[in-house]
Order: sequence, then C-alpha cells, then structure tokens
Amino acid sequence: MNLGPHADFVIAAYAVTLFVLAALIAWVLLDYAAQRRILGDLEERGVTRRSHGKG
Amino acid sequence: MAVIDLANPTRFLRIVDRVLPWLVAATVILFAVGLYRALNAPDDYQQGATVKIMFLHVPAAWLGMFGWALMSVAALGTLVWRHPLADVSGKAAAPIGAAFTFICLVTGSLWGRPTWGTYWVWDARLTSMLVLLLLYLSVLALYWTAEEPGRGSRAAAILSLVGAVNLPIIKFSVDWWNTLHQPASVFRVGGSTIDPSLLLPLLIMALAFTLLFVTLHLAVMRNEILRRRVRSMRLMQAQEVHA
Repeated sequence: MNLGPHADFVIAAYAVTLFVLAALIAWVLLDYAAQRRILGDLEERGVTRRSHGKG
Repeated sequence: MAVIDLANPTRFLRIVDRVLPWLVAATVILFAVGLYRALNAPDDYQQGATVKIMFLHVPAAWLGMFGWALMSVAALGTLVWRHPLADVSGKAAAPIGAAFTFICLVTGSLWGRPTWGTYWVWDARLTSMLVLLLLYLSVLALYWTAEEPGRGSRAAAILSLVGAVNLPIIKFSVDWWNTLHQPASVFRVGGSTIDPSLLLPLLIMALAFTLLFVTLHLAVMRNEILRRRVRSMRLMQAQEVHA
C-alpha cells in the first residue's frame, strides 16, 4: 500500500486513534476488575447493601 | 419484558453481562472488515491517500456529537423522570464522547495540514467542535470533583441540556458561515457527493465506531453501577462502625 508523500499524516492519524481507543478500553477493563475486587472484599467481610438488609 | 424493567440496576447488569460478548464480537468483526475496506480504498483524485484519514475523522465526529445527544436525553431522565439509570448513562457517555471528540479534532488537524496547508484555523466548524470537547471536560469535572454525587449529577445534567445548543451549531456551521471546512457530503439533500468506492468503507467504519461506542457505554455503565454499590456498602460499613 502506497500512502504517498503525506504518509506520515495518515499513519499519525491511525496511531493516535488506536492509542486513544486502546487507553479507553484499558481504563474500562481495569476499572471493572477494580470494582469487582473491592465488592468481593466487602462481601467477604460481611458488609451488605441497605436494600439487602443485614446478612 | 417491559422497558421499565431495565430501570432495575440488577436486571440491567444481568442483561449487559449477556449482551456484551456478542457486541464485542460484532464490533471486532466490523472493524476488521471496515479497516480492510478503508486501507484498500482507492486514493482521492485531489487528496491522494490522505483521504484514508476520513474513515476515522468522520465517524469520530458523528459519535462525539451522538455522545452529547445521548447525555442530553439522559439529563432529561435525571432531572424530569428521575430514572435510576439515566444519571448512570449520562456519566458513562461523557468520557467516551470526549475521547471520540478528541480523536475527531486530532485526525482533522492531521488531515488539514496536507489538504488546507494548516493544522488549525478558527472557523465555525472547528471552533464549535473544540467547544464540544471543552463542554465534555466541564461535565467530567462536575462529575469527578463534586463532594456530593447527587449535586454533581444535577449540575452535569443541566450543563448537558444547555450544551445541546452546540449540536445544531456544529451541524449547520458550514452552511451558516463561510468556513474552510467543507460542507456536508454524506447526509445531504440530493444524496452523498462521495464516490461509492469511498462511501461504503466510510459507512462500515461508522457502524464499527457506533458499535464500539455502544459496547463501551454499556461496559462503563456496568462499572458505574458497581462503583455505586461499593459506595453504599462502605457507607453501611461506616454506619455500623459508628453505631
């Protein structure tokens, strides 16, 4: 594939998009793992939500 | 199942857990097809290979605006109907919309340099899109810095509704003012001005970006519901300690 004399601009555009989207996806996955871990810790210590009453 | 059933966060989480794997698979497949078609699309007769930036820039612009429209609807849900998931939806859409708006601005700048001879010009379309990014950052600041989450949510909802005024300004800026940015070329009266060999990859990429937005939005909503559960459990724990 020949990107011509302005190849740097095309490659930079795709690289920036890939970086931003990869960072967004990584943040979502890491945040999910963190919330699950904290919830697991709290449940292990017997903490419950108000709506479930005291366990 | 009635739509109102989705208002139950526990039921919503169950549905998200079931739907997300399918959405991820569909997004990956569409991106694979879209990127293959985009990278093998013919060069534009004037712009050459830089037209390949269009396959990122245009979908990112659409979804940057879509994100704010979604936040405005969610704001109505928060302020008027007090829907349990409306605030969660609005808060989840903000970082995703901001990311797509940022991508739109950066790729547009990288496309502008070889085609217009400049990275940036203060014309109506570019400036209104920059305003959209600043609005997104303001909403995120309201959500992330409010001492009391409810107050931050209401302030963010009001700003979401006020900021919606910017959406028609972005859309029609190229018609209302004399801009360096080109007028609408996909959705316009009289049909698209883009050749089908470039239009088809663009539409596939737009669909892939849209599916990615929906997938991320549901995933961030799930995270936010879990975060609120953690918060309420910690409050319960603190109350038990002080009792």
